[in-house]
Amino acid sequence: MKLNLTLNGEARTLDAQPGEMLLELLRRNNCWSVKNGCQDGNCGTCVVQVNGEAVNACLMMAGQVQGAEILTCEGIGNPRAPHPIQSHFVTAAAVQCGYCTPGLIMSTKALLDRVSAPSDVEIKEALDGNLCRCTGYVKIMDAVHGAIEELSGQEATT
Amino acid sequence: MSVQRDPAQKPDYTEVGRSVEKVDGLALACGQPVYTADMKPPGMLYARVLRSRYAHARIKHIDGSKALALPGVKAVLTHHDVPRIVHTTAGQGFPEPSPYDTFVLDNKVRFVGDRVAAVAAETREAAAEALKHIEVEYEQLEPIFDAEAALEPGAPVIHDEPEAHIPIPVPYDPTRNLVAQVEFEVGDVEKAFADADIVRGARYTTPYAQHVPLEPHVCMTWFDDNGRLVIRTSTQVPFHARRIVAQALDFPLRKIRVIKPRVGGGFGTKQEVLLEQLCASLTLKTGRPVLFEYSRAEEWISGRVRHPQALTLKTAVNKDGGIQGILLKTVMNTGAYGSHGLTVVCNTGSKTLPLYRWPNMKFDAQTAYTNLPVGGAYRGYGATQGAFAMECQMDELAEACGLDPVEFRLRHIIKNGESSPVFKALGEGKPGVEQVITSTELETCLKVGAEASGWYEKRGKPGDGPIKRGIGLAALMQGSSIPHIDMAAASIKMNEDGSFNLHVGATDLGTGSDTVLAQIAAEVLQIPTDYVIVYSSDTDITPFDVGAYASSTTYLSGQAVRDAALDVRGQVLDRAAMMLGVHASTLRVQGLSVVGAGGKELSFSDVCLHAMYEDEQVQIAAHASKISHTSPPPFAAHYAEVEVDTELGSVKVVNYVAAVDCGQAINPKLAEGQTEGAVLNGISYTLCEEYIFNARGRMWNDDFNYYKIFTTRDYPDIKTILVESHDPTGPFGAKSVSEININGPMPAISNAIYDAIGVRMRDAPFTAEKVLAALKEKQSQSE
Repeated sequence: MKLNLTLNGEARTLDAQPGEMLLELLRRNNCWSVKNGCQDGNCGTCVVQVNGEAVNACLMMAGQVQGAEILTCEGIGNPRAPHPIQSHFVTAAAVQCGYCTPGLIMSTKALLDRVSAPSDVEIKEALDGNLCRCTGYVKIMDAVHGAIEELSGQEATT
Repeated sequence: MSVQRDPAQKPDYTEVGRSVEKVDGLALACGQPVYTADMKPPGMLYARVLRSRYAHARIKHIDGSKALALPGVKAVLTHHDVPRIVHTTAGQGFPEPSPYDTFVLDNKVRFVGDRVAAVAAETREAAAEALKHIEVEYEQLEPIFDAEAALEPGAPVIHDEPEAHIPIPVPYDPTRNLVAQVEFEVGDVEKAFADADIVRGARYTTPYAQHVPLEPHVCMTWFDDNGRLVIRTSTQVPFHARRIVAQALDFPLRKIRVIKPRVGGGFGTKQEVLLEQLCASLTLKTGRPVLFEYSRAEEWISGRVRHPQALTLKTAVNKDGGIQGILLKTVMNTGAYGSHGLTVVCNTGSKTLPLYRWPNMKFDAQTAYTNLPVGGAYRGYGATQGAFAMECQMDELAEACGLDPVEFRLRHIIKNGESSPVFKALGEGKPGVEQVITSTELETCLKVGAEASGWYEKRGKPGDGPIKRGIGLAALMQGSSIPHIDMAAASIKMNEDGSFNLHVGATDLGTGSDTVLAQIAAEVLQIPTDYVIVYSSDTDITPFDVGAYASSTTYLSGQAVRDAALDVRGQVLDRAAMMLGVHASTLRVQGLSVVGAGGKELSFSDVCLHAMYEDEQVQIAAHASKISHTSPPPFAAHYAEVEVDTELGSVKVVNYVAAVDCGQAINPKLAEGQTEGAVLNGISYTLCEEYIFNARGRMWNDDFNYYKIFTTRDYPDIKTILVESHDPTGPFGAKSVSEININGPMPAISNAIYDAIGVRMRDAPFTAEKVLAALKEKQSQSE
């Protein structure tokens, strides 16, 4: 099945296999940031933005993204030019093994695209589907707060 | 936050003690393809494993020919197709202190999830389909699931194969399902029990639980251009992986290269050579690259777990609070294979008993095989189980003597300059090493933790409503490397801009050890940390290191890095001295330069260019190896504040304080991160994590819906206080921090529950059902 979509800002035509999930489609097309942590929508390591919304790519059929705009973690920044959320995850030491990090960053981005100054309760709710076993979430909250400050144009204070 | 040492005694570090950003942080945050499975070599096949549905059975007949005939299927391996070489999957030093009881594939299955056959196919779907067409005829055998029952005479024998043995001289008797037996006694505990004013005793159990790294086990193998076998694998032990694969497949070690890319979490479960043998067998069979990924369910069922234990403690104390004697007995369940079955249970004693100055001590431990999933290394490594029993018991003893639990511990903790006979008596598979405590700030940890948690204000005030509040504590110790066993090495070489390449066998599995080791080298050389380019863990390129376990990397690999950097610094100074025509002793390094008296200065770049291109050319480079002679314990005091809903039975941790003495924190934020992650894993383990088995020994809750780990909505306020000390043996005073903090939550929460509702929770996890049942029992007793 031919899919016309926008992947990380680029118009693409991708070939989806029958029964294929978005997770596999993206990894097959070199979006390696999309991780396979459980394949049942529980761990959040495969979270990407589809038309702005955070979705678990392992739960969405590839066929569902016809015409969609898809954003993955490698699409929002790179080590030479990171997105502010990516930078704050590093400065806050919210990255340990890093396997959950792309999903967490995409869930954070989807939240901040929607709400510029979310409360702690809103942040915890938005990230509830992203499991992390390394950090205990403390530094992840610090990172999100840092990103909110920077993105809302305030001087980040540490 | 941190509690600083006296500034007068504190060296003036420039790179150490600073929270520099993780050297791989941006690559990870930007989703770069850095993990094992983030690439696809041409022609790559997908591996799948047929797993046993039975807990204990002999394979009478197995035939993979129909599966092999399916389109896209390139190999089917059964026990007929692989060499029958007994080995252990435990990634430990050689000879491993774990029984050799495993074959790549065997004619017997010993737990639900054990390997029966393996396939490699062009697609994942073809591989999954192939599994359905492997014909297997089983002879079912009686299984045994209880560790204590497995040690009884007449129990089914799980390892009846003649090859099973342990390669070191320790008790091991598979005909009795006995994997390990460890005993020692200091003084006379029976006399202590007879003479003491107060004797207490209780039984504690800890559950089957899992590491749950977000990246499940994964391995990729292929032949390189020269026909050498490359193993790219998510491992904590690349060098052990090379050695054990060579052994298990009877394949020349020199033809194997193990590459450790970034690892998506390990916590001990990847201190295991579990997938590599089988994945490599499929590449050997097909000549093609093979990817072998565990599914999440496989991770639970066929990965590794924390060994469950049933611990019995008996303790004696006098009315004035003087501790007299302790008997710690435990029976540990290692499941179907004996991986780490001896050394984990040794740690249950060796990382708990020395904490207090017991005049009489007895330790009596056994490990048994059962037909259940397999134990392995798991952060805390036996100390977690031991600390639960010990710290709950200390709470009871304090109460029995009418003493405050903080005060009671302060009276008995081991102090600087003191030793414990336990260090000598209990090693890892061999006698331990005598050592004295060279740094401890446990007293400060207990005090600042009490203050930060509001211990004195909150203790003993459960409140009047249905939701009761309580606060509890635990004191902890661990080690830093295994003395006289662990070894680490580092190589360093200089580049023309004054930067250095640092090559280490030490294995960063997400902990940040690459960063910490870079900081250590940078401190010695007085250069910014980003002038140290770290490459870790590739058996072709980096020097040997035992790997990431036993809380050894910062402490021991850090010493190797320090020594290599010192050597290379000497060479830089010598070269500069030659260039300036002065004696090297008049020079020092500072800010990427060599400086001397009278304003003499040369940049590192000038020095390296001279060494490479000008005169008597040489590569400025050094190498250092280090073994540990001691294992200085980090210490910690944990305080948990809980709310217990007496109507629902649910327990909520509302505040948690961990005051930790890890020596000099090389990177404070990373040390805090280690603490916070370990604490939350421990809380999750305490309150909700456990394996639920059906009557046939199958783990029933093998997904995140039913095996819940804590999320952003669950985690409490965790306050980490780094209480600095300086260990004279560690690099810049550092000790370990990675494991100790997982040991605190279970006892601290149990003690807090007691403070809240007067019920002792001794069987983890403390689920709502258990808490309600315990409350009801208490009520019925008081009626």
